[in-house]
Amino acid sequence: MKVNSRSILTAGALATSAALLLAGCAGGSSDNASDDTASTLTVWVDAERVDALKDAAAAYTDKTGVKVELVSKDNADIKDDFIQQVPTGKGPDITMGAHDWLGELSTNGVVAPLELGDSAADYLPVAIDAATYEGTVYMLPYAVENIAVLRNADLVPEAATSFDDMIAKGTAAGLDQPFVVEQGAEGNPYHLYPFQTAFGAPVFGSNDEGYDPTDLQIGNAGGEQFAAWLASQGKNGTGVFNTDIDGAIAKQNFIDGKSAFWLTGPWNVGAAIDAGINVAIDTVPSPTAEPAQPFAGVKGFFVSSESKNKVAANDFLVNYLGTEDVQLALFESGNVLPALSAAAESASSDPIIEGFAAVGAEAVPMPAIPAMGAVWQYWGIAHAEVINGADPAATWQKLAADVQAAIQ
Amino acid sequence: MSTITDDEVATEPERKPTKRQREAARIADAASGGIKVILGKILLLAIVDALALYAIFVLFLNDQWLVLGLVAVVTGIVNWIYFSRRKLPAKYLTPGVIFLVVFQVFVLLYTGYIAFTNYGTGHNGTKEQAVSALMSAALERVPDSPTYGVTVVEQPGTGTLGLLVTDPEGDVQVGMNDAPLAPVNGADMEGGKAVAADGWTSLSFQQVLGRTDEITSLAVPYSDDPNDGAIRTPDGTSGYLYVSTLEYDEAAATITDVATGTVYSDIGTGAFTSEDGEELMPGWQITVGADNFVRAVTDERLGGPLLYVTLWTFAFALISVATTFFLGLFLAIVFNDMRMRGRKIYRVLMILPYAIPSFLSALVWAGMMNESFGFINEVLLGGASVPWLTDPTLAKVSVLIVNLWLGFPYMFLVCTGALQSIPDELQEAATVDGAKPWAVFRLIKLPLLLVTVAPLLIASFAFNFNNFNVIYMLTDGGPRDTDAPIPVGFTDILISMVYKVAFTGQTRDYGLASAYSIIIFIVVAVISIIAFRKTKALEELN
Repeated sequence: MKVNSRSILTAGALATSAALLLAGCAGGSSDNASDDTASTLTVWVDAERVDALKDAAAAYTDKTGVKVELVSKDNADIKDDFIQQVPTGKGPDITMGAHDWLGELSTNGVVAPLELGDSAADYLPVAIDAATYEGTVYMLPYAVENIAVLRNADLVPEAATSFDDMIAKGTAAGLDQPFVVEQGAEGNPYHLYPFQTAFGAPVFGSNDEGYDPTDLQIGNAGGEQFAAWLASQGKNGTGVFNTDIDGAIAKQNFIDGKSAFWLTGPWNVGAAIDAGINVAIDTVPSPTAEPAQPFAGVKGFFVSSESKNKVAANDFLVNYLGTEDVQLALFESGNVLPALSAAAESASSDPIIEGFAAVGAEAVPMPAIPAMGAVWQYWGIAHAEVINGADPAATWQKLAADVQAAIQ
Repeated sequence: MSTITDDEVATEPERKPTKRQREAARIADAASGGIKVILGKILLLAIVDALALYAIFVLFLNDQWLVLGLVAVVTGIVNWIYFSRRKLPAKYLTPGVIFLVVFQVFVLLYTGYIAFTNYGTGHNGTKEQAVSALMSAALERVPDSPTYGVTVVEQPGTGTLGLLVTDPEGDVQVGMNDAPLAPVNGADMEGGKAVAADGWTSLSFQQVLGRTDEITSLAVPYSDDPNDGAIRTPDGTSGYLYVSTLEYDEAAATITDVATGTVYSDIGTGAFTSEDGEELMPGWQITVGADNFVRAVTDERLGGPLLYVTLWTFAFALISVATTFFLGLFLAIVFNDMRMRGRKIYRVLMILPYAIPSFLSALVWAGMMNESFGFINEVLLGGASVPWLTDPTLAKVSVLIVNLWLGFPYMFLVCTGALQSIPDELQEAATVDGAKPWAVFRLIKLPLLLVTVAPLLIASFAFNFNNFNVIYMLTDGGPRDTDAPIPVGFTDILISMVYKVAFTGQTRDYGLASAYSIIIFIVVAVISIIAFRKTKALEELN
C-alpha cells in the first residue's frame, strides 16, 4: 500500500474513531459494572395497568431500595412469553396474569408458590379459590371479573325476573332482538355458561383441592336439558341465540338501542356509557328456578420459579400489592372489582361495580386444570351446532364423549 | 458465513509508474469518490464497530461466549473487507449475506433443531429446573400452623444463615438448615418479634435480599423428627411450617411421593415417570430424534385431517394462482387497448385491493359475508341467508373469492408490464398473416408472456401455499370438522393447521409444529425447484 493523502486520512480517522469509541466504553462501563441485578425486580404488566402500579413500585423502592422495573406487555402475548422465557433465565420476576393460566404455568414449572399467610382471609373467597391450584396458592389476586347483564334502563326500566320475562319485556318495548350475547361460528361457552349452570350442569365436580378432572359433569341430565333449551332458543326456535352475532355486532345492537339486554363483562361498560346509554347492571336472568352462575375470572400476579429475587418478589406482592390503596388504584385503571374484601367494599359504592359484584357473588371460578383445555376445544363448537339446529341430545352426548376421550 | 476468497496478487517490484499509469491511478482515485466518501465510509464502519463493541461488552457481562466470538469474528471480517482496496464483490455481498444468515439460515436451522426435541408444554426447561419446580410445588403448609415472626440471622465465623423464630406465644427459638430449632434466652424483642440474639448477627432487609438464593433454600427443621416439617420464610420477615410431599433422591435420580410411596424415575422420556406410566409435570426438554417427523406422518389423530387438509392446500394454492393470473391477465389486456378511455383511472382503481393490507381486507370480507348481518346477504341479496362462511363447501369458495380479490391486482400489474414489453410488430405481422385475435393471443402473446411471468407464478404458488393471513382472518379455518380429534376446520391449510396444533389450547407442541414446518418447507422447495427447471424450457422461445 502506498502512502498517499488517502491513507493518512484513513489512519487519522481510524485513530479518532477508536479513541472516541474507547472513551465511550470507558464512560459507559462504570455505571454498568455497579448495576447489581439482585436489587431490581422486573414486573411484566398489562399495558393498561402500568400507570396504576407506578406509585406502588415507587413506594416500594423508597422503603427497601429495591428498584421495580415495570415492563408493559401486550395482553395477548404475556402468557406465552412468560412460559417461554422463564426457563431461559431471561423472564421477569413477576408477571401479571389470569388465574386460568395456572394449570398451564404449573405444568410448565414456571410459577413459584406464593405464601399469602394470614392475609389470605382478607380476600374474597372466590379469589382465593381461583388462586389455588392442587391445594397450593400461586397467585396474588387483584381483581375479580365476571359477566352480567347490561340493561338499557331507558327502554326497559325494570330488571327481568327470568329469561322468558326478559324476552317478554324486550318484546313489549318493541324490539325484534331484545337480548344479545357475543357468540361466533365456534360458539362462546364462556358467555353461555350461566344458562348451563342454571340447568345444574357444571363442567367439573369439585373436591377439597378445587375442581376434580376425573369428575366430568358436563354430560349429566342437566346438560341435556340445557342443550334442548338452547336448541329451542336457536335458529329453528325463537332465534334469541344466533352464532352470526359476534362481539362487534352485539355491541352495535345494544348501542343502537336495537337490544335492551346485553350479556357481557365490565370491559364493555365504558363503550355503552360513552354511547349515551343509561346502563343498569342486572344478574343473569335464569331460564330455570336455579340461579344462573357465570364464570369468575380472577386476575393477579405470579412469581417466576426461576426468579433470583424471590424474597423481594414475595415481599412486594404480599405486603405491597396486597394493600387496599394499590388494589383501589388498579381498580380505577380497569374498573374491575378488587379482590381484596376491603377494597371491594369501597369500590362497590359505584353502582356499576356493585351490580357486577352482586352477580360475582354467585360466580364460580373458571377451572384452571389442564383438562379444561380439552373442554374448550369441543365445547363451543357443540353449542354452535345445537344453536344451528343439530340434534341437541346427540350433540351433547358426543361433546361429553369427546371431552372424556381427550382427558384420558 | 461464506468464506471470502482473496485472490492473492503478487507484489510487483517497485518501478516508476508510466504517465498513463499515473493518469489511471488519478482517475481511479477520482472515481472512488474522494475524501467525502472515505469519511462517510469510516463513519458508517465506526457506527457498526461501536454497536459491535457494545454488543460484545453486554455479551461479556452475560457470559455468552459463543455469540461473543461470532460477533467478534464477523465484525473483524467486515472491517477487513471494507478497508481493503480490493474485494469489490464482497463489499456488495456482505450486508445481504449477514442478514440472510441471521434472519433466514439461523431461523431454519433453529426450527430444524427444535423439530428433533420434545419442546412444548411441560417440556420447556432443563431437568434441574423441573426438579426445583416440582420440589417447591410439593411444599405444603402444615394445616392450622401459625405464622411465625422471623429474623434472618448469620452465625459469625461460618457465615451460615439461620432463622430466629418467634412463635405466637412469644417463645423464641433459633435454628439452621442442619440444626433444628433450639430455644434462645434473652433475645432482643421488638414489636412482639425477636430481632437479635446473642451469638448471632441479624441481617438487614438489604442483606437478606442480597442473599436471596441462600434464604430460599433455608429450611429449619422444626424438631429432630423430619415429619414435623421445616420452617421457611418466603419474604424474610415471616415464617411458616411446611412439609414436603415429595422426596428427591439425587443419586438415584428418582422422586418419591411421601404419602403413597410411589417412585417416579427418569426413564429417558423427559419426565419423572412411575411404573404404571404416570408422569410428574413439569418435565424437561430432551432430544427425541426423528420421533416428531414419524408422528407427523403416522399419528392416527392427525391422519384423516392431514390428508384432506393437504389436498385442500394444493387446491387452494393452485386455484388461487390460476384465478388471479387469468383475471389479472384479462384486465391487463383490456386496459392495454389504446381505444379505451380513462385507462389511468381504471388502473389506479385496479391497484386499490392490493394497496389495502390483506389481513384488513380479509376481516372486512368476513364481516360482509356474515350470514345474518353481512352486507352481501342483507343488501346485495335482499335479506337472503347464504351461509358464506359456515357451509363447508361454500366456505372454500368464499376463501377463493376473497383471495382472488386480494391477488388479482398483483397479477394485473405484472401482466401489464409484461404485455408492454412484447413488441407490437409481432401482432401486426400475425394479423397480416391472417391470424384471428384468439390465435394471436394463444400462440404468440401467451408464450412470450409466460417467459416473464412463470417464475412469478411459482413464487405466488409458494406464497399461497402458506397464505396464513387470509385463512386465519377470514374463517379461522372454519367451519370446524366436528369428527376430527384436533380443532381443524374445512378451510384450514397446512400452515394454519400446524398453527392450531402448536399454538392453541393448553397443550403446545413446538417440536411437532417445527417438524411440520420443515416438511412444508421441503414440499414447497421441491415443487418450486421442479417448476423453475420446467420454466427454463420456456426461455428457449426467446
